[in-house]
Amino acid sequence: MIELLKNILILAGSVFMLVAALGVLRLPDLLTRMHATTKAATLGASLIMLAVALHFAVEAVVARAFGVILFLLLTAPVAAHVIGRAGYFVGTRLWSGTVKDELRPNYDSVTHRLSSHRETDANAAPAPGESDEAG
Amino acid sequence: MSSIILVSLAMMALALCLAFARLYRGPSLPDRVVALELFSAILVGMIGLIAIATDVPSLLDVAIVMALMAFMATIGFARFLERGGPRDD
Repeated sequence: MIELLKNILILAGSVFMLVAALGVLRLPDLLTRMHATTKAATLGASLIMLAVALHFAVEAVVARAFGVILFLLLTAPVAAHVIGRAGYFVGTRLWSGTVKDELRPNYDSVTHRLSSHRETDANAAPAPGESDEAG
Repeated sequence: MSSIILVSLAMMALALCLAFARLYRGPSLPDRVVALELFSAILVGMIGLIAIATDVPSLLDVAIVMALMAFMATIGFARFLERGGPRDD
């Protein structure tokens, strides 16, 4: 029973990884490629780590396997956010079928600030010197 | 080594090849960083499978270090890009 569950987890994990690699090769632009790798590859690695935990079934190994899963789940969104942000700043082209880029008109590519075009003196963005986080 | 593990390792090797194709072709640097991130995730899975196949639980430490290094590399590349990488537009 455990053996069967382990085999299913291993196969599912590697299939998800293959799907992620197919996505990163075939999808048209940076954001869609990130959409493929971040989720599918994280899920694949997590499933395989679950299989490792089932295979060894010792406290130390199970704790380490869950540590890997937790670490992957914590870092994947952060890394994807950081790379997507950097890619947008660098100016990678979006797919030609993109319907709308809502960031483009509201975003100042020099100061890296968003604006709603409804700023008044009362709610204006703080001056660069007194801001808590620059860029 | 059971056949399931062999088949899974073959699939992951194929996935590594596909990710490498994107790493080679990738039109921009962020695309290549995404491919490298995928590399590391696949490698974590492969190390887990090899730990199962050889019954060596210490290999999990290697997987942990692999995941950590990949995260650090991604953050580093992103900082590099934001602080003056080549612009495409």
